[in-house]
Amino acid sequence: MNAERARTVVETTFRREHGRIIAGLIRLCGSFDRAEEAMQDAFAAALADWSEHGIPDNPGAWITAASHRKLIDFARRERTWREKRDLLRDADEESAFADAASFDEAAAGLPDDRLRLIFTCCHPALNREAQVALTLRTLGGLTTDEIARSFLLPEATLAQRLVRAKRKIHDARIPYEVPPEHALHERRASVQAVIYLIFNEGYLATHGDSLVRRELCAEAIRLARVLRELYPQDAETAGLLALMLLHDSRRHARVDAGGALITLEEQDRSVWDRQQIDEGLELVDFALHLCTPGAYQIQAAIAALHAQAASAAGTDWPQIAALYAELAKLNPSPVVLLNRAVAIGMSEGPERGLMLMDSLGVSGALNEYYLLHAARADLLRRSNRREAAAEAYRRALALATNETERRFLLRRLQELPG
Amino acid sequence: MRYIFLIYSRETDRASMSAEEDQAVRAAHRAAQDEAARRGVLHGAQPLQRTNTATTVRMQDGKPLIIDGPFAETKEQLAGYYVIDCRDLDDAIEWAQKIPSGCRGAPGCIEIRPLLELPPR
Repeated sequence: MNAERARTVVETTFRREHGRIIAGLIRLCGSFDRAEEAMQDAFAAALADWSEHGIPDNPGAWITAASHRKLIDFARRERTWREKRDLLRDADEESAFADAASFDEAAAGLPDDRLRLIFTCCHPALNREAQVALTLRTLGGLTTDEIARSFLLPEATLAQRLVRAKRKIHDARIPYEVPPEHALHERRASVQAVIYLIFNEGYLATHGDSLVRRELCAEAIRLARVLRELYPQDAETAGLLALMLLHDSRRHARVDAGGALITLEEQDRSVWDRQQIDEGLELVDFALHLCTPGAYQIQAAIAALHAQAASAAGTDWPQIAALYAELAKLNPSPVVLLNRAVAIGMSEGPERGLMLMDSLGVSGALNEYYLLHAARADLLRRSNRREAAAEAYRRALALATNETERRFLLRRLQELPG
Repeated sequence: MRYIFLIYSRETDRASMSAEEDQAVRAAHRAAQDEAARRGVLHGAQPLQRTNTATTVRMQDGKPLIIDGPFAETKEQLAGYYVIDCRDLDDAIEWAQKIPSGCRGAPGCIEIRPLLELPPR
């Protein structure tokens, strides 16, 4: 009974507070590994102690204090070992461990600590894969096995990736610091990119364990909330959070019982998560009023227009086309231009859209991209050009590799009127 | 901690620089070195002669195998180095932006590597 209750509280405390706790510990001891070990020991100790003596008033503070004691233990052990070996080591590293008084001041872990941690995990001197793994492991609190499963990698590969990243942080001395003002914008963009990548890995991937992928989306949203808590006035952070909330609000509507994709047009809008949509809309509104436009905000504004349409037919396509044009100014990638062509096709008629798509196809960048052909096929279908549509679907099918996408294209091909 | 800054650039580009450009690069090097020296963090900086002066010696079966040319043929060649004492990698990245040939419009790049500090013997 008590043990069960203790386990529940330990789990909740871990979920809610591990980010703050580990961030504070890393600052104190300067080592990801030691901080992780201390925190794990403290949670294990909590399980035993709380079952027996009851739940403390403030479980988070209990864990923090217990982790600090573990760190002091490690430091003592290390020092004796060092003295025995008569090894000279870096003086400031030593003092960080020795000064027990400084442990108290870390107390509940100021937001600054999580901020330091997120910037260190997403430091540009680490490769993107390492940034993602490290962020999920330390701030996200996911196990190595969970991260490995969500990226369909062997656990050993993921573990190796984490070891290398932590070693580089230590050996090349990547600072545990909030970047200075002049570098902040760029570095924050790197953090945002990592968070969005985590989200998309969960949202777009159609393979693997769906529960784990669901967890990735939730984790990305949690991380964006942390970043937003720390930078409440940053428009792109608000935009990123809004974008993810709005996409994620459709999670129950976008896949059928058999795992097949359902297009936005065909989704049952009554199962969209209204609460999440409301929060997303409010954030978009807030971000746009800060008047510092950015790619996440524009994409969130597009998602907001979809979310606000009572039916697919009621979608404000002219406005969406205008937003894609804005996005193309910031990021003139072929994919953005394709999306703009789709929106124009929906607002000004298929012919206009097809014309734009053909000019994109001519440039060559998208010729081998199945979505160009799928989008063309869709507009051809809408203008009742059956033969041309069938050909475009077949071309898309030949290029698509994702099984879920292929099933969708095949269905569309079969649904064409005979 | 000391870091070495390895400057890689295309020798051909260097040869085709105008006198003014060359002057500007030299001045930028002097400025970077002066600043590092003034702050007491400079532990050496030197340009290298061109790779056509390079000789590679590889010990094979106890005997030296002597080869004309640099260790590896690369698009960009090691052109010089700095050793600077830095607070951390971010500090080193700031220095890398002050050293010409790296990331400042001039062709080339700079590889930053922390030196392995050994305990005193």
